[in-house]
Amino acid sequence: MTEVKDERRPAGELEASVMAALWAADAPQTPGQVQLSLGAGLARTTVTTILSRLYDKGVVDRRRQGRGYAYFPVQDTHGLTARRMHTELDRGSDRHTVLARFVAQLSEDDERVLRDLLESGEQ
Amino acid sequence: MTFLLIVPLVLPFAMPALARRALERLAPATALWVVTCSTLVVACCSLTALGAFVLTGLLKLPLFAALGKLVYPLRTASDLFVVPAAAFSVGALAVCLWTVIRTATRQARAFHVATAEAGCRATAGDLCVIDSPRPDAYALPGRPHRIVVTTGMLRSLGPDEREALFAHERAHNAGGHHYFLAFAELAALCHPGLRPVGEVIRFAVERAADEAAAAAVGDRRLTARAIGRAALAARAAHGERPSFAAAATTGPVPQRVAALLAAPRPPHRAAPWIAGLLVACATVSVCTSATGVIGFHHEVEIAQGEEGR
Repeated sequence: MTEVKDERRPAGELEASVMAALWAADAPQTPGQVQLSLGAGLARTTVTTILSRLYDKGVVDRRRQGRGYAYFPVQDTHGLTARRMHTELDRGSDRHTVLARFVAQLSEDDERVLRDLLESGEQ
Repeated sequence: MTFLLIVPLVLPFAMPALARRALERLAPATALWVVTCSTLVVACCSLTALGAFVLTGLLKLPLFAALGKLVYPLRTASDLFVVPAAAFSVGALAVCLWTVIRTATRQARAFHVATAEAGCRATAGDLCVIDSPRPDAYALPGRPHRIVVTTGMLRSLGPDEREALFAHERAHNAGGHHYFLAFAELAALCHPGLRPVGEVIRFAVERAADEAAAAAVGDRRLTARAIGRAALAARAAHGERPSFAAAATTGPVPQRVAALLAAPRPPHRAAPWIAGLLVACATVSVCTSATGVIGFHHEVEIAQGEEGR
């Protein structure tokens, strides 16, 4: 059932998922490994197609591994600008931006409550 | 008539309590709309009332009375009320204008930096990855909409949790949530009573995106776990930074996680009433400020000799 749902997702979303899996991994990934790490849902041929599309775009690079390729994200050299962005977004007390950020800062109490919630959620 | 103008200045103080109840009882997306729209109306009305007070005070001065071609002195409430009200309004409007300009500049700069940062690298679909160990993620509105995630965030979540995160950010973009956030910020600057409402709107935006993400991935528990783990990872990466959040209250993240872990609530019985009260607040604001302004305009026309005294 999930398979049907995933195959129907827009191409952009699939590209995003595959790209995220490449970045989350430490080493270059073969299409098979990407498919495994994404869990059930995508056919291996789909993953291969997406990877070669990303390679054509120049966002990932690849090297020969066995009979196929292993893909890895193109590392950026802009560590400095990443820091600049964080600084700009965190500036002073004015932390409310129009950019909806995924998580707000936690207080110590928040952290405790959150851990309790997650533990009870696991059961 | 002049005293009517006090109503739109006082009404915003009733908004925070109503907004909080609305968010508790309505579906997050509905609450977001009702609260933001009524807050905007109430904020505009309070600004209008301040403006009317300033004009009344100015027309009391001979120079401005001459400029306004007043032939008779303007009939107003007692000077004991009008003069302090005008002085107060001038101050309030000046502070308001100053903070709005300052905040707008800062927001524009933060937005510009984020856009430039995302623009200088290729995206995969709508995803823009930033190579930084600090877990962070946000929706970046624009053409096209993008979602920006750091490698630190990608590595602290599992594959399913990453999908929940993406769904959450896509919901922000699809819902145009950046407009709500900008309006919340502006309204909070216009009236001190609306400041807590800004917080409610920010929370409603996150809750709405959480619910949309849970619906998209089809798993509330998974979405809750993704949010919780992302927050904990972000805190660990921050180190022991002093937090300004009051320790007595539970912050937004645990509340969001708790709401997702709980079963989805059926609509509350009082929900239409709360929404109705918010709309009523906005309506009363509009009516009183309009009546006040029309009355003031009428008095000015009389003072200009256009109508019989």
